[in-house]
Amino acid sequence: MMMALPPVGLEHYLVLAAILFVCGVLAILLKRNAIGILMGVELILNGANINLVAANHFAYATGDGKPLLTGQIFALFVIVFAAAEAAVALAIFLNYYNNFSTIDVERASNLKG
Amino acid sequence: MNLSPHGLIAAISMGNVLFYAFAAMIACAALVMVISQNIVHTAVGLLFTLLGVTGIYFLLDAEFLAAVQLVIYVGGTLILIIFGVMLTSQSQRSRLGPSLPQVMVALTLGAILLIALVVAIHHVTPTLARSQPAPGEYPMDLLGQALLGDALAPFELISVLLLVAMIGAAYLARGRKRSNENSGSRTP
Repeated sequence: MMMALPPVGLEHYLVLAAILFVCGVLAILLKRNAIGILMGVELILNGANINLVAANHFAYATGDGKPLLTGQIFALFVIVFAAAEAAVALAIFLNYYNNFSTIDVERASNLKG
Repeated sequence: MNLSPHGLIAAISMGNVLFYAFAAMIACAALVMVISQNIVHTAVGLLFTLLGVTGIYFLLDAEFLAAVQLVIYVGGTLILIIFGVMLTSQSQRSRLGPSLPQVMVALTLGAILLIALVVAIHHVTPTLARSQPAPGEYPMDLLGQALLGDALAPFELISVLLLVAMIGAAYLARGRKRSNENSGSRTP
């Protein structure tokens, strides 16, 4: 019998997204490498995406029987947004590395161009 | 699809097992990302996290989104990040680790945040969740119609955002080097 595992519902997906979100926050707080912080941001965005897609899935076919797609479209936009954000952030980090020859955010006390 | 009840139950429990497998993979990879001090290990953890999220999208019947996640995130953003890691690689002796007070504060904050989120989810989900999982899938043509219909304005806006971000990133990454050359030998 597979009764040991409760059936997977919306709550499971939300808890998984919460774990991902907390891991992202911890990565942002604990990393001193700027690129590690960027990866933490990616974790947070993925957690938000899981929330959106799961909520969309469990709100299927309300009303006239056509499936709702709002959550999926929103998740698509979040993915594009994350790509743009990663490109700009990496450009800033490369610039910073060129100037200070380090990527340690603790030493980024001087932002004068 | 005429699944027998036994087959339906088997399919549902198969989805359960897959969900727990993907969830364990995501959680372990994310924990590796948090704990590891080596930036390359962190990038590998991010890779497995993104792959697990792709599996979660498949379980949620969002096949198109799973493909997009695989192509853009795993194939694009992650490669970009790994290039960033290689371009800013430092000597191995300087491991950038957090101090002990930072670790204590971060762990306390993370525990409080996680407990608060889980309690909030427990309170909220009974009013949101349906009893049965959705039987259908999301037709691709509806997604395309929605992207060019109801969501047309954000769709166009995000393409403009992407263009602006691309130009801005190219300007940021190239401008400094040129001014370095102009200002002579300013050692980095």
